[in-house]
Amino acid sequence: MKGISREDVRHLAWLAKIELSAQEEETLSKQMADILNYFKILDKIDTKSIEPAYHVREVKNVFRPDEPRKANPDEILKLAPAKKGRYVKAPKIV
Amino acid sequence: MKMQSAWEIAEGVRKGSISAVEIVEEFFERIEKHDKEIRAFITVSKDSAIQQAKEIEKKRREKKLGRLAGVPIAVKDNICTRGIETTCASKILKGYIPPYDATAVRMLKEEGAVIIGKTNLDEFGMGSSTEFSAFFATKNPRNLNHVPGGSSGGSAAAVAKGLSAVALGTDTGGSIRCPSAFCGVVGVKPTYGLVSRYGLIAYANTLEQIGPIANNVIDAALLLSCIAGHDPHDSTSIGENKDYTKFNSSAKKLKIGVPRQYFGEGTQKAVSDAVWRAIKKLEGEGAEVEEIDLKSVGYALASYYIIAMSEASSNLARYDGLRYGFQDSSGARDWSTLFSKDRKAGFGFEVKKRIMLGTFALSAGYFDAYYLKAQKVRNLIIQDFQRAFKKFDVLMGPTMPTTAFKLGEKTVDPLAMYMSDCDTVPANLAGIPAASIPCGSSNGLPIGLQIMATPFEEGKMLNVAKTLEDILGVYAE
Amino acid sequence: MKDDLGLKIGLEVHCQLTVLKTKLFCSCPSNYRGEDPNTNICEVCTGMPGTLPVLNEKAVEAAVKIALALDCKISESMNFFRKNYFYPDLPKNFQITQYDKAGGSPIAKEGLVETIAGIIRIRRIQLEEDPGKLSYEGTIVSSPISLVDYNRAGVALVEIVTEPDLKSPKHAREFLQKLRSILEHIGVCDGSLEGAMRCDANVSLFGGKRVEVKNISSFKEVERALNFEITRQKTMANVAKAEGMETRHWDDVRRVTVTLRVKEAEEDYRYFPEPDLVPITISKEYVADIRKRMPELPDGRKARFVKQYVISEEIAGVLVGEKLLADIFEESLRTRMASNLLGSWLAIDILGYLNRSEKTLADMKFKPKDLAELARKVEKKELTENTAKSVVIKAIEQGKSTFEFAKEGAAITDEKSIMDAVKEVFEANPKAVEDAKSDPKAINFLMGQLMKATKGRADHELARKTIEQAITAGS
Ligand SMILES: [Zn+2]
Repeated sequence: MKGISREDVRHLAWLAKIELSAQEEETLSKQMADILNYFKILDKIDTKSIEPAYHVREVKNVFRPDEPRKANPDEILKLAPAKKGRYVKAPKIV
Repeated sequence: MKMQSAWEIAEGVRKGSISAVEIVEEFFERIEKHDKEIRAFITVSKDSAIQQAKEIEKKRREKKLGRLAGVPIAVKDNICTRGIETTCASKILKGYIPPYDATAVRMLKEEGAVIIGKTNLDEFGMGSSTEFSAFFATKNPRNLNHVPGGSSGGSAAAVAKGLSAVALGTDTGGSIRCPSAFCGVVGVKPTYGLVSRYGLIAYANTLEQIGPIANNVIDAALLLSCIAGHDPHDSTSIGENKDYTKFNSSAKKLKIGVPRQYFGEGTQKAVSDAVWRAIKKLEGEGAEVEEIDLKSVGYALASYYIIAMSEASSNLARYDGLRYGFQDSSGARDWSTLFSKDRKAGFGFEVKKRIMLGTFALSAGYFDAYYLKAQKVRNLIIQDFQRAFKKFDVLMGPTMPTTAFKLGEKTVDPLAMYMSDCDTVPANLAGIPAASIPCGSSNGLPIGLQIMATPFEEGKMLNVAKTLEDILGVYAE
Repeated sequence: MKDDLGLKIGLEVHCQLTVLKTKLFCSCPSNYRGEDPNTNICEVCTGMPGTLPVLNEKAVEAAVKIALALDCKISESMNFFRKNYFYPDLPKNFQITQYDKAGGSPIAKEGLVETIAGIIRIRRIQLEEDPGKLSYEGTIVSSPISLVDYNRAGVALVEIVTEPDLKSPKHAREFLQKLRSILEHIGVCDGSLEGAMRCDANVSLFGGKRVEVKNISSFKEVERALNFEITRQKTMANVAKAEGMETRHWDDVRRVTVTLRVKEAEEDYRYFPEPDLVPITISKEYVADIRKRMPELPDGRKARFVKQYVISEEIAGVLVGEKLLADIFEESLRTRMASNLLGSWLAIDILGYLNRSEKTLADMKFKPKDLAELARKVEKKELTENTAKSVVIKAIEQGKSTFEFAKEGAAITDEKSIMDAVKEVFEANPKAVEDAKSDPKAINFLMGQLMKATKGRADHELARKTIEQAITAGS
């Protein structure tokens, strides 16, 4: 794996919606490269015939009955920092 | 100072020899006196605690008291408590008041426990020293120049210093066991699925569990008994409601496996010596001890961090400042800019780094090489443990390779900090129960011994812990 | 649309499972319509920290029904994935959906839908959660802010993805109409509810890059949006401007597509298995049981109509195009056989009127059996067909549940009155009477004049017979 360029860091930051300072970009590209380099240790193991363990327990078919329950909307809405009436207010879209 | 154990408090309150209000007030006095230097608590909830204690007094007259009647409990600040601020030690959740109780918290309340406050942690659980809290670092009560471990550092420090009778922690890669080892208390990470994760603010969903931190094994077992069990709100919860407080202390015929990989080159001699001394004592009591190899454990750390960071990058996406939490007020012109500014100011550097790495590991071109690969390696680790448990009742080794390091010692070198989790993360990857109990000290700093068992064998694991505690005694300075 | 444009249209149709009582992963009511903003929400569907999703049992059943109706292969085991992207209407900033790569398995794949203009292949269908709803002050472009309502967030959706088999905007509309009728017949999605069926369209011309048009909220809009987008792309091609892969938003107020600011591409979504949900097995027995309980589908119903009621394929096709219409037809027939008359009233006259006046079948307040009674009167010649139809239209127009006849509204069926009326028309139109002797078309003109004079009340057949006899007699 090649190192992590400043461009890579910027693209990832855009995907993750985190604004970074120039200093943070710099430090991150270095530290991320070091850590990713450490992760290369896994290349030593042959895992071709191994299934991934996405779920550690083999639980299947867990459901909830289709029964409505009224919750606490006002307690939830109260938490939003910016509102207009009962709407949550956000900046423009396009 | 002779600390009253949780089970003694509950028994006293039930019998009426102890007043719930008085005992709670006693703990608040200690918090007022000592927390200025330890800084275990982010929030102290005195008013609601006294109120709760009064209600318990009322219930006593009606003889309807639970197993934790009047027991003061501290809750790690990444577990939701309705009406009590829950921050994850992050600026992005400063002021956040959950509209609901975590299932574990609800169960504790039903058993009569009194929530006295919310404890400090590394932001969102991302750290091993509690130095990455956005608010302040917690100090190790055994030596104030050292870290308490993390990420449940506040909970472990509070219990060790007697600021709370017991505490809830969470363990994603060692976050209950590490601070328990560093502070000289008992910590239990339950089997994945035993305790509901509903209300545990997610860092890495497939790895983490809520668990008890206590001064002794009985208290830990009592607390675990009260929070274990199936929860319809958590699809991955399959635990049974069991009583873990019935002990049968005997080491006879107990088969103990000791994986060599847990005594790697970074392990301090004092640590391996203390752990071995304890194991030898069990052997002296009739246990059969054998050294074994768990080869895949050497890959656990990389596998663990890839999975944890990937899951975290997705879990932490919801913090955008719209529905709750911190919102930037500089007048961002569009939503994307606003989100980016909220997250810039709201997250600490370590959190940003892990989100960035997780975003990378899940990216289309790298998914197979990182996330998928890590999950496959995880399967190998699971299989390795399964093989070992065919032969042994429990596995033992150090909880941490070292005693508590100094404040600031590892904050500049992220890899060095990550490496200190090498002995704890395998249990999270395998989803098995693991406990840390004190087994000695070096230079006044506690050493923790780790016991691991097969899934849902917490009973067996705690029995061994109790046997060991009976031999070694609880940690004393 | 001509083939030489190389036009390819694929659709992603999002159908809300309106049959469910609760949302996909929480217990909030799934019917948010008519509620105040942010009242139909809980800690789960607003993505409060620490909350976890639990799957609605009935959602799986509804999705399996859709899969069966669309002839899909149903997965033996399915799982959920997270699709990661930020957007203000997405409470967790990821959507729980299904995926067909990286070990993912959506509920079903590879189905088909037959339309008049050809077979549409279904690529896959998947269960997923609906985002919240954004509204603007003015339009999406001019609004300085957006307002978020999470009432809809978490409602169960089935996404139906087609192959690019649609030949024209009109074909897309035909397909959607058919799909809606299928979903209504199996009773999982009420397409008449606003926003219950929405779609995104992928359009490409001349083998150019795909453009995705989002936010199309009704079938009429689909045709409009696609027509706009095709014209736009043609113009772009004419000025030789290469089309990049793009996502555009259908602005149904201004009726144009507008580009969205840089959006994630498919490879940026970082799909991975949803760790908080477990895999779901769909056993053969489970599917067989649902198959047994599947109701009649539009195609089968159409064939039955043709056979059982001896009506034309065309009329039958129109009738089953909307479940309610077909239901009204069959319900009417319970009282009295007048299948052809009823069929054409419903399929042509009533539907035509509803479409012209932007009304729906729901605006018909009278009982199907009353409609059948009218048809019976027409058959017994107690009423002219024209009168019957105008009474029906008037009832729909005024939202009446009963039919009202004008006082002098009864059909004129006695020979004497008709003869009198014919005489009057002949006197007023001597030229036409003369022409009619050699040109049968002029008879039609005279018929028209007669119906006008009698306000459409003259019995059609009797009037024609009388006119014809009078002309023959006069020549
Ligand atoms: Zn909800």
